[in-house]
Amino acid sequence: MIDETVDKSKRQFLTTALTVVGAVGTGYLAVPFLSQMQPSVKAMAAGAPVEVDISKIEEGQLIRVAWRGKPVWVLQRSPETLETLKTLDGQLRDPQSNESEQPATSKNPARSMKPEIFVAVGLCTHLGCSPTFRPEVAPHDLGADWKGGFFCPCHGSWFDLAGRVYKGVPAPTNLEIPPYRYVTDTLIIVGEEEKTA
Amino acid sequence: MNLKPTRLRMCGNWVLDRFPLAQVWNEHMAHYYAPKNFNFWYFFGSLALLVLANQFITGILLTMNYKPDAKFAFDSVEYIMRDVNWGWLVRYMHSTGASAFFIVIYMHMFRGLLYGSFKQPRELIWIFGMLLFVALMAEAFMGYLLPWGQMSYWGAQVIISLFSAIPVVGDDLALWIRGDYVISDATLNRFFAFHVIAVPLVLVLLVFMHIVALHEVGSNNPDGVDIKKSKDPWGHPTDGIPFHPYYTVKDVVGVAVFLIFFATVIFYMPEMGGYFLEHANFIPADPMKTPEHIAPVWYFTPFYSILRAIPDKFAGVIGMGGAIVVLFLLPWLDRGKVKSIRYRGGIYKKALMLFVVSFIALGYLGTQPVTPLATVMARIFTAYYFGFFLLMPIYTRWEKLKPVPNHITMQPTLEERLPEMKAVFDEVTLVTDGENSKRGFNPTGAKNVLIRTAKNLKESLD
Amino acid sequence: MKKLLSLLLLSLSLNVFASGGAELQDADIDLTDKMSLQRGAKHFVTYCLGCHSAKQIRYLRIANDLGIDEKHVLADIAPEGAGIYDQLHTAMNKHDAEKWFGTQPPDLSLIARSRGADWLYSYLKGFYTDKSRPFGVNNAIFEDVGMPNPLWQLQGEQKPVFETEGEKKVLTKLIKGSEGTMSEKEFDTAVNDLVNFLVYVGEPVQLERKQMGKYVLFFLLIFLVISYLLKKEYWKDVH
Repeated sequence: MIDETVDKSKRQFLTTALTVVGAVGTGYLAVPFLSQMQPSVKAMAAGAPVEVDISKIEEGQLIRVAWRGKPVWVLQRSPETLETLKTLDGQLRDPQSNESEQPATSKNPARSMKPEIFVAVGLCTHLGCSPTFRPEVAPHDLGADWKGGFFCPCHGSWFDLAGRVYKGVPAPTNLEIPPYRYVTDTLIIVGEEEKTA
Repeated sequence: MNLKPTRLRMCGNWVLDRFPLAQVWNEHMAHYYAPKNFNFWYFFGSLALLVLANQFITGILLTMNYKPDAKFAFDSVEYIMRDVNWGWLVRYMHSTGASAFFIVIYMHMFRGLLYGSFKQPRELIWIFGMLLFVALMAEAFMGYLLPWGQMSYWGAQVIISLFSAIPVVGDDLALWIRGDYVISDATLNRFFAFHVIAVPLVLVLLVFMHIVALHEVGSNNPDGVDIKKSKDPWGHPTDGIPFHPYYTVKDVVGVAVFLIFFATVIFYMPEMGGYFLEHANFIPADPMKTPEHIAPVWYFTPFYSILRAIPDKFAGVIGMGGAIVVLFLLPWLDRGKVKSIRYRGGIYKKALMLFVVSFIALGYLGTQPVTPLATVMARIFTAYYFGFFLLMPIYTRWEKLKPVPNHITMQPTLEERLPEMKAVFDEVTLVTDGENSKRGFNPTGAKNVLIRTAKNLKESLD
Repeated sequence: MKKLLSLLLLSLSLNVFASGGAELQDADIDLTDKMSLQRGAKHFVTYCLGCHSAKQIRYLRIANDLGIDEKHVLADIAPEGAGIYDQLHTAMNKHDAEKWFGTQPPDLSLIARSRGADWLYSYLKGFYTDKSRPFGVNNAIFEDVGMPNPLWQLQGEQKPVFETEGEKKVLTKLIKGSEGTMSEKEFDTAVNDLVNFLVYVGEPVQLERKQMGKYVLFFLLIFLVISYLLKKEYWKDVH
């Protein structure tokens, strides 16, 4: 059936050409198909920056707001708490937050723009559970070493009140600090960074 | 250096030792011998498979964002059209794909009528194919409810009410199908379940059986000749060629042409003038208000016309169902001894031509509002539709058959016909004025061409 | 066959819209005319959004597609207090709507797709004085419509001319009753802009879709040529 005169190289060339063009076409078609699984405009709308009024927050109080569907904590810390934080460095995995996620404005020991107001994404960096807020010192279930902080009920990770992770727990890094900025002294916008002049 | 390919080959062999991949490939592609003379009508089987794949992929993607809930369904479709990245493309591919599916399937079925592909020994292929057609109609019908527009709602309302025409159990049956006293959230939810999982599974199974049955007896061809009768010394049919590579490369050309049409619709006319996406379906379903003119989507209209043509509810339903049932019986209704229309008598050719006319006419009438004239027309065409099938055992016996050749015949390809077509084109558009000739309409030429065409048509119908 | 069928289908589709009512006038739809769309958006918010929503589209989308920046959409087009991600919701609540109109005015996101541009254009120009109706107006295109004419100040008043054909009174034309704040030409442009915007809102992606189509078809044509050459090459074997 196959003639002796068949130009094999031409067949090979055309087959390759068609395969390449077909592959490119499939590739182009795959882009919309994969991209349609990305967050839609609705998800982006829900992920829009949120305003948090902190005029009524009290010392030691934690308020939760949703940003991009995630819990974001805003905590008013007392001067004593801030003092305690300074003494913990030795027990922490990443006290200087070198390996953790935060905007440049929060890369400091208290991990916040203003020391007393702490803003963080309330999801454990281990596997995404939301840690519980345990401000009390040395409660009976957490033991005498507990200086107040966040305790993740899923896998037992410990964080201090600056969201810094302790050594010897599963979570790899400190809690994430979201981008936020002060509109006024009592109004924060979470999701927008401070514009650097 | 060649450690890597060897290892790759070893992995390959490991699989091949445990899975008959090579065997499947050879049996159905490389060593499956298909007749050499497949023509235009033989593209639609592979195209149907392509459209099925398209519906599966786009359907799965749509499912990710669609909400089968009467409160949210309509808005979720618009959400897909606007807020989801590329959602509009996915949705248009799916909605256009639905119509394309029926175009392809109708062409595929018509091929069967032309070349007697349903005749012995391929009756079971035809039966599986018809089951596929019915499953496809169910799939399309239930899918059409999902956008929850006015047409979705009232279309489903009308079609489900058909079941209530069945004596004794009818009303209970319709109620059971809806799961409510009218089309409602419950209906939407169950249709969603059927549309996205139950019916697709049936479709896949039937496609599998359709192809297995086909490859067992081998493909028919435009000459209706059994290619297995003459074999070369190696046992291969002399009139056959391996499906791969010859028909794979040919089908790819068909795919390319199809995709050009498909993309044109998707990008330039996704509503197809209200036939692929009906205007009234852009209004959310309102159980309190029926649109002034309701018509099913175009692919159901021939059967819908039959329903409307019969002035009795139950008889109408029987007529509509019968129009499909009669197709199942085709292999036993046709008593003609010859498969292909090329060697059949004029009577079948004329009957088939009129059948196509009446099928299209019924389809057209189904999209139009009822008028007395339209009803009379629909009745005539309905009578013809059934006459074509039910009188077949009689008129196919009278046929004057032509001798069937022992081997397939090769017809000139489109490319080989180009000079001929150019000559005809010139005859119509070239005006000769003495020695000069210029482009322009040539009435004598056109007349000659028309007369020739008519003569040829008449000849071919004898 | 396929071509013939689609041609047939297309020719039929034209009379689908036309059924019922008077002759429709042609709207001049041009979605590349961003200025027209912007004016239309402004008119929509001013004259329609009070009662009708267009909840399927967001201000953000309008900003992106119409080439206005986000701040300007909120300042110049959107009503006070709207956010950029907001959809075009109406200020009127359901309760008031039912009290005033007996029903909630329909959402207009897809009105251009269900009614067609020419119908909308003719409808918006087709209001005439009819004291027997609750809002004092009737419509030449949509008889006994339960909607006041929101554009009457611009258009002025139109009076109907009836002719009796047998027992039926047939509306033959509309004549100017009083002058509006716009000239007839200005008013036609304003209505056309509004309809243009509604066509855009019906399917915001349509312009992009048509532009993309060219590339897809060009690509498929290349694919066709190569596949045809390959087929020809292989089929040399077949005699």
